[in-house]
Amino acid sequence: MKRIVYREWRLAPQRYWGLLAILAVVAGLGGLAFAYMEHEGHWVTGMTNQVVWGTPHVFAVFLIVAASGALNVASIGSVFGKTLYKPLARLSGLLAIALLAGGLLVLVLDLGRPDRLVVAMTTYNFRSIFAWNIFLYTGFMVIVIAYLWTMVERKGHPYTKPVGFFAFVWRLALTTGTGSIFGFLVARQAYDTAVMAPLFIAMSFAYGLAIFLLILLFALDQDGRPIGKFVLFRLRNLLGIFIGAVLFLVVIYFLTKLYGAKNYDLVAFYLADGGIYTILFWFVWILAGSLFPLGILFHPELSKSRAWIASACGLTVVGGLASMYVIIIGGQAFPMQLFPGKTILESGFYDGVGGAAAAYAPSLPEILLGIGGVAVALLITAVGIRVLQFLPESLADRDVVDHHVVRV
Amino acid sequence: MTTNKHKERVDTSRRGFLGAAAVVTTVTVAPGVVLHRLAVAEPRSEAVTSDVRWGMLIDSTKCAEGCDACVTACNRENGLDLQKQPKGEDADQQKKWDRQAAKWIRIVKVKDNLTGHESRLPMMCQHCEHPPCVDVCPTGASFKRADGIVMVDRHTCIGCRYCMMACPYKARSFIHETVDTKLTRAPRGKGCVESCNLCVHRRDNGTPSTACADACAAQGQGAILFGDLKDPEGPLMKKLTTLSSRQIREDLALDTGVRYAGV
Repeated sequence: MKRIVYREWRLAPQRYWGLLAILAVVAGLGGLAFAYMEHEGHWVTGMTNQVVWGTPHVFAVFLIVAASGALNVASIGSVFGKTLYKPLARLSGLLAIALLAGGLLVLVLDLGRPDRLVVAMTTYNFRSIFAWNIFLYTGFMVIVIAYLWTMVERKGHPYTKPVGFFAFVWRLALTTGTGSIFGFLVARQAYDTAVMAPLFIAMSFAYGLAIFLLILLFALDQDGRPIGKFVLFRLRNLLGIFIGAVLFLVVIYFLTKLYGAKNYDLVAFYLADGGIYTILFWFVWILAGSLFPLGILFHPELSKSRAWIASACGLTVVGGLASMYVIIIGGQAFPMQLFPGKTILESGFYDGVGGAAAAYAPSLPEILLGIGGVAVALLITAVGIRVLQFLPESLADRDVVDHHVVRV
Repeated sequence: MTTNKHKERVDTSRRGFLGAAAVVTTVTVAPGVVLHRLAVAEPRSEAVTSDVRWGMLIDSTKCAEGCDACVTACNRENGLDLQKQPKGEDADQQKKWDRQAAKWIRIVKVKDNLTGHESRLPMMCQHCEHPPCVDVCPTGASFKRADGIVMVDRHTCIGCRYCMMACPYKARSFIHETVDTKLTRAPRGKGCVESCNLCVHRRDNGTPSTACADACAAQGQGAILFGDLKDPEGPLMKKLTTLSSRQIREDLALDTGVRYAGV
C-alpha cells in the first residue's frame, strides 16, 4: 500500500460557495422555523398531549443514530486493523461529529424551554437515561475529536488504536443509550423492550454507512478523485450486511411482541391496520428502504454501478427516516393500554376511544427544523473537508490496496 | 539646593467622578436590596415530611353519568380554564387545540370486552410510589415530594416531554401556548410540563381535601375520597380496608397513590 496523501476538497470556488449558500439557506430556514416555534409555542406544530415527540425527533434521532454509525468506517480501520479502511477514517470521524451536531441541534431546539439548556447541563438525575445521553453525546464529540487528532498529527499516531478502540466502545454505548430512551419506556407497548438497543445499533451501522458512502462518492466525484472497485465494493457489501442486520432485528422485535397476547393489537397496528404507519412501514422502510437497496447491492450487474450503489444508499436513508417515523410517531399514536381487557368508550383526553390511534400531522416548521439539522451537518462536513486534509487524494485500487490482495 | 516651587495642581475630576458614581450606585441598588428582602416571603416553617402519604380512593360505582363537576372544579382551582386557544378559528385548528390544551383530570368511560360491564371514572396523575416520570426526567424537575405528591418543578423543567412518554396514565400535559393569565397558586408557563399535584397549594396552606373531591361531594356523589394513606385511623384508609380496590395498570407495580373501586 502506498502512502496515503490527503488533500483539501478542491471544488471550484463558484460551485463550492454555491453549495455552501444552498446549505446555509436550508439551515437558515430551519433557524427561522425554530424562532417561530419558540416564539409561538408548540401549538403551531402538529404535536399534542398524545403525540408529544414529533417530526423534529424523527430527524434528530436519525441524525444521532447515523452519527455513531458513520464512525464505523474509522473503527474498522483502526480497531480491527483493516488497512483498506484507513484512508477513509478521517472523513468517517468528521462525519460522525457533523451528524451528531446536526442531530443535537434539532433535539435542543425542539425543547419546550431551549433557553434552559444550561439547566440540562448542570442539573442531573442519573436515573434518567436522558441524563446519561447528555454525557454520551458530549463525550462522543470530545473522543472523536481526539481520535481525529491522533490520525492527522504524527505525534498522535501511536494512540490511534487505543483511542479508536475507546471511541468504538463509546459509540456502542451511545447508540445503546439512544435505543434505550425507547427501550426503557415501560408505559408504551411499542417500546418497553431491550431489543430497541441492538436494533438502534444495527440501524446506526446501516444509516451511518449509507450517508458516509453518499458523501464520499459525491465529494470524490466533484473534484475528480478516483475510487477503486475494491474499496467501493467492500463498503457496498458491508452496507448490505448492515441492512440485513436491521431486518433481522425488526423480525425479532415483532416476534417478541407477537408472542405475548397483550401485544397482538400493536403488531396488527404496525403491520396491517395502522394507516400511514403501516404504509410507511411496508412500502418505505421495508420495501423501498431495505429490500430494494439489498436487491441493488447484491444484484450481479447493478451492484457494479456507482450510480446504483449511490441510489441504494439514498433509499436506505429514506427508509431510515421512515423507520424513525414509524417507531417514534407510530409508537406514540398507538393508544396506551390503560385498561387491559376493556374498551374505552369515552374520554376527555383522547385516550384511544374505541382503540383509535392518536392523530398527528407534521407541520411545516417541524419539517424545516429537521431538514435544517441535516443542512447543518452537511455544512460542517463541507467546510471540514474544504479546509482540512480529510479526503484521500485517491482511493484507486492501486493506491490503497496491496497488489497481491486485489481480486476484483 | 533647589526646591520645587512649581507645585503641580492635582486633578480632582477623577475623584469627583468616582464619588458621584458611588452615590448613584448606592441610590440605585439600595432600594432593590431592601425591597428584595421584604419581598422574600417567610419560608414555610415546616418541611414536608414522609409522615403522611397523600392519596385517593375513587369509587367508580358512584361516578354519575353526565357529571363532570370534578373536571370543572379542577380547571377552576388550577387555572386551567384560563387557557385560551392562541389563534385560528377553523374546525381543524380547534380540534388540534383541544388535544393540546392542558388537562389534569378527565372522565373516562370503559366497557369490559367480555362482560360488557361499563364503568365511569376520573383519571389523573396516580401519584406513584415509583413514578416512571421521575425516573426518566433528565434534570430531576419531575419529582416526588416526601408526602407522596408527584409534581413538576417549573424552574428546572426544560420541556423535553420525556415524562409524558414515560407516564403510563397519560396524566401529563405540555403547555403549547404563551400563557397570559394564570393563578398565583398554580403557576404556568409555555414550554413546561404539568399535571395533577393533588392541589398542592392546599396541602401547603393546610386546607383539607382537593378541589375535585370537594366538587364530587358537593354533587352528592362522594366518589372521590382524599386522605392520608399512612393514617390507619383516617377515613381514606378505613374505607380502603373495607372496600375492594385496585390500581390502574397494577401490572407495572408502581404502587399508585390513587386507588379505584368498582372498575
